[in-house]
Amino acid sequence: MSAPAKDLVETPVLAVEGLSTAFRQQDGSLRTVVEDVSFTIGPRRTLAVVGESGSGKSVTALSIMRLLPGRKSRIGGSVRLNGEELTTLPMDAMRRIRGNDVAMIFQEPMTSLNPLLTIGYQIAEVLIRHRGMSFAAARAETVRLLEKVRIPEARSRFDEYPHRFSGGMRQRVMIAMALACRPKLLIADEPTTALDVTIQAQTLDLIKSLQDEEGMSVLFITHDMGVVAEVADETVVMYQGKTVEMGATADIFANPRHPYTRALLSAVPKLGSMKGTSAPSRFPLIDPATGRQRENQSPVPADSEMRPRAQPVLEVKNLTTRFPIRKGLFGGLRGRVHAVESVSFSVQPGETLSLVGESGCGKSTTGRSILRLVDPTAGSVTVDGKDIRAMKPAELRRARRGMQMIFQDPFASLDPRATVGSAIAEPMLTHGAASRSGVRQRVVELLHRVGLSAETAQRFPHEFSGGQRQRICIARALALEPKIIIADEAVSALDVSIKAQIVNLMLDLQQSLGIAYVFISHDMAVVERISHRVAVMYLGRIVEIGPRAAVFENPQHPYTRKLLAAVPAADPSRRTMRRASGTEADIPSAIRPVDYRVPELAFREVGEGHLVLQG
Amino acid sequence: MIGYVVRRVLQMIPVLFGITLVVFVLLRASGDPVSLMLGEEASEAQIAQLREAYGLDRPLYEQYAVYMGDLLTGDFGRSIRYNNQPALEVVLERLPATASLAAMALVYAILISLPAGIIAALYRRRIPDQIASFLSVLGQAMPNFWLGIMLILVFAIWFGWFPVSGREDAYAVVLPGLALGASLAAVLTRLLRSSMIEVLSQDYIRTARAKGIGPTAVMLRHAIRNALLSYLTVIGLEASSLMAGAVVTEQVFAWPGIGLLAIQAINSRDMAVVQTIVILAALIVMLVNLLVDVLYSLIDPRIQHV
Repeated sequence: MSAPAKDLVETPVLAVEGLSTAFRQQDGSLRTVVEDVSFTIGPRRTLAVVGESGSGKSVTALSIMRLLPGRKSRIGGSVRLNGEELTTLPMDAMRRIRGNDVAMIFQEPMTSLNPLLTIGYQIAEVLIRHRGMSFAAARAETVRLLEKVRIPEARSRFDEYPHRFSGGMRQRVMIAMALACRPKLLIADEPTTALDVTIQAQTLDLIKSLQDEEGMSVLFITHDMGVVAEVADETVVMYQGKTVEMGATADIFANPRHPYTRALLSAVPKLGSMKGTSAPSRFPLIDPATGRQRENQSPVPADSEMRPRAQPVLEVKNLTTRFPIRKGLFGGLRGRVHAVESVSFSVQPGETLSLVGESGCGKSTTGRSILRLVDPTAGSVTVDGKDIRAMKPAELRRARRGMQMIFQDPFASLDPRATVGSAIAEPMLTHGAASRSGVRQRVVELLHRVGLSAETAQRFPHEFSGGQRQRICIARALALEPKIIIADEAVSALDVSIKAQIVNLMLDLQQSLGIAYVFISHDMAVVERISHRVAVMYLGRIVEIGPRAAVFENPQHPYTRKLLAAVPAADPSRRTMRRASGTEADIPSAIRPVDYRVPELAFREVGEGHLVLQG
Repeated sequence: MIGYVVRRVLQMIPVLFGITLVVFVLLRASGDPVSLMLGEEASEAQIAQLREAYGLDRPLYEQYAVYMGDLLTGDFGRSIRYNNQPALEVVLERLPATASLAAMALVYAILISLPAGIIAALYRRRIPDQIASFLSVLGQAMPNFWLGIMLILVFAIWFGWFPVSGREDAYAVVLPGLALGASLAAVLTRLLRSSMIEVLSQDYIRTARAKGIGPTAVMLRHAIRNALLSYLTVIGLEASSLMAGAVVTEQVFAWPGIGLLAIQAINSRDMAVVQTIVILAALIVMLVNLLVDVLYSLIDPRIQHV
C-alpha cells in the first residue's frame, strides 16, 4: 500500500497532465466538463477515478482514448502512454493503440456488444485487426481467451450471439475482448455498476486476477466507494470536472481532506454500520462545500419501532405469481416462470419491510402482484382487512388509493408533457380526493413536504435532476395519503449523496405520517439503513425473513450469507472479496416445466420473528 | 422455421376469405354490370334474361356461396369484357408487366436510398444531409402521376430517349419505374438516415471504435446490418403502397399491367376480373411481408421463428 514512493522511480504507464475537455454547445460556445485533471498510473497499479454523475470521470476516460466526437469536443493538456503523447497522434496511429495498447470495458454489458455478430467474431476481430492473425488462428486464440475469463464450454459458445448471454457473462466477453492483445492499460468505465452484487464480486475478482497474470495497469472509473476500496491502489476524487483529492486509497478513506470527499464518504451506505441497533437511521449528511454536518442528525427515535401487536396494514399469504411460456403452432404451454412462489409476510403500520435479492428473484413481481398490476396465480393479499384478489375493478381502484408505488426510474415514470403540479394533482382528481380549488393548495403542501418549493408545480419534469424527480414521484405517491407505499428500487438509480437524501426523506415521512413501506432493493447497505424487517428472496421464494438486526447480524440461509459477503465493504483495510467466488455460475433461472411440482416450503424459526427456509 | 412459414401461410386463409367477402359485397353494392353491357335501349326482358344467365337475379348470399365454391376449385369466374375468357387468365397475362414495373421501382428505391441514407447520417446536419433531406421531402411530396408526366415530357418528348408509353421496348420500364419508385426511395432514405444515426450512437459502436476498428469497417461490419432491420420492415409495409401506386403509374404510361386492367375492369363492372385482381394483390402483399419476416430472422439472431 505504500507504493507511491516507488512510482516516482518507475516510468508511469499512463501520465495525464492538465487534461481539459470542452464540448461545443449549440450556440458554438465551449462548455468545459473536465478541467485540468492530472494523474499517473504506474505499472501493474490500479487507479480509481471516483465521482458522481456529471463529475467528468467518464469523459476523462473517453478523452484519453480520444473516443469523443472530434467536431464537437476539444481536448487540451497531455496524455502520455509509456512516454508517447496520445493527444497529438494522427488518427490512424491512435487506432492502432486502441484495443491494442489500451483497451476499454464499459458499464452496460447488455448494449456494449453488437447484437448481430457472434461473440467469437467480436473478440477475434481485435486479433485480426491488431495482430494480423488469420481467422483460424484468431478463432483458436479467442477460445483460449474465453476460457481464461471462465466462460464454460468456450469452444461451442464462440458462434453464439450476445442475447444468449447474461449480463455477467457479457461483461466477461467484454473483458476477453479487452485483454485479447495484452494491453498495457485497461480502462474500466463502471464495469460492474449494472451487475448484481454477487456477479459484481466475481467480475471484480476476475479483473484483479487477470491484472496480476498479465501485469496490466488499470484505470478504474466508478461512483461506488465500496468498489474503490476493494480494487484501487490510488484514488482520484472528481467533482464538477475537477480533481478535488488524490492519493493512496487507504489515506483517502482514513483522512479525507477535501469537504466533498468527506461528504461523499459519509453518504456511502456501509454494510454493518448499524450493528447493535434495531430501528432505521438517517444518513449523516455533510455539506460538500463546508465539510460540516448539514442537518440535524438525530436518528429516527426509538418510538418509531412499530407497536408489534397492531393490526397489519398489509398481509400477504402464500402469494404465487407464475407466467406461462407458450410456444409452437397452437401456442401450447411449454413451461412456467415461477416468478413468485408462496410468499407470505405482513407489514405493520409505520413499518418498513425490505424485499432484497438479485435480478430475477421475483422481488419486483411481488410488489406488482400486491397492487394487482400483474394478476397473481394464487394466495391472498389483504389490505386493511380486505382481500385485494377478490375485488372487482371498481373496488380495486378505490383500494389502490391506500397503496401507492414509487418506481426506479424517475425519468421514465413522469409524463414529460405534464407539469409537475398536474402530475401530483392527477391522482387526487381521479379519486375525487380534493376539489379543483383545494387541489392547488394540496399540491403546494405536498411539494413542501418533499423539500421542493411551491413554484416547482408550474415546471416540467425535464427541468429537474434525478433526485428532484424522485421527490416529485414521492409527492405524487403521498397525494392520496396512502397507508402503504411500495418503493421498487426507488433509490437505485440515484447518486450516493442524492440516494442518502431520499432515504432520509422517506424516513422523515414515515415518522410524521406513519406510512408503511415495502422497500424493494438489491442494495444491502441501503436496506440496512431503512428497514425494520428484511425478507431475502431467491428464485421467487423468501429464503429468510426477520428483524433487520437479526438477518444482518445473524444470517442463517446460505444465500443471505453469500449476498452479504458480496457487498464491497467501502473500507480498504478489510477487502472482503475472496478468490473463491470466481468460477461460480450465474443466478439460476426460475423457469420450470409444466409438470413441475413445487416442493413444500418449511421454515425454521431461529429467533423471534426470524424465519429461515429449510432444505 | 418451416413450421413458422406453414403457420403464417395458414393464417393467410382467413384474411383472404375476409377480402373476398368485402370485395364481393362492395362490388355488388356499386351497380349492375348488365345495364352497362346492354346499353340504354335494352328491354326489361333482355336485361332479366342476361341477369339470369349470370346468376345475378339470385340473393346475394347465394351468389357468394356459388362464387366461393367456384373459387375453391380454382375458378375465378369469367370476364364480361374479354369475351368470357377466364378472369384468372386475363389477370395473369398482365402480371409480368406489373411485376417488372414494381421490381424496377424497388431497384431504384434501394439504389437511391441506400447510399443517400448512409451519407446523410454520416454527414448529419451538414450539406450532404441537407441535400438528401431536401430531395427526399421533394420525392415524397410529388404525386407520382405528376412526376410521371414530367418524366415523359423531359425524357420522352424533349430528349426522345425513351418511349412515351407502352412496353414494347425492353428499356421502356425505366421511366415508369422511376415514377413509381421515387416516393419509396424518399421514404427509405429518411428512414435509413434516422436508423443509421440511432445505430451510430449505440454503445456497441463505441465498443467497436474502442477496439481500434477503422471508420469504414465500423460502418460496414457493425452499423449497416443493424440499421437495415427497420429498413427491411418498411419495405414490406410499403409493398401495398407500391401496388396502389402501380394503378396510377400504369395509367399515366399506358403500361399494360394489372393496374391499368383494374381501372378498365372497374369502369366496365367486370366483377370477376376486379375480384381476382384484389385477391391476387392481397396475396402478393402478404407473401412479401412473410418474405420480409423470414429475411429479418436471418439477419437478426434475436428473432427466432419456431
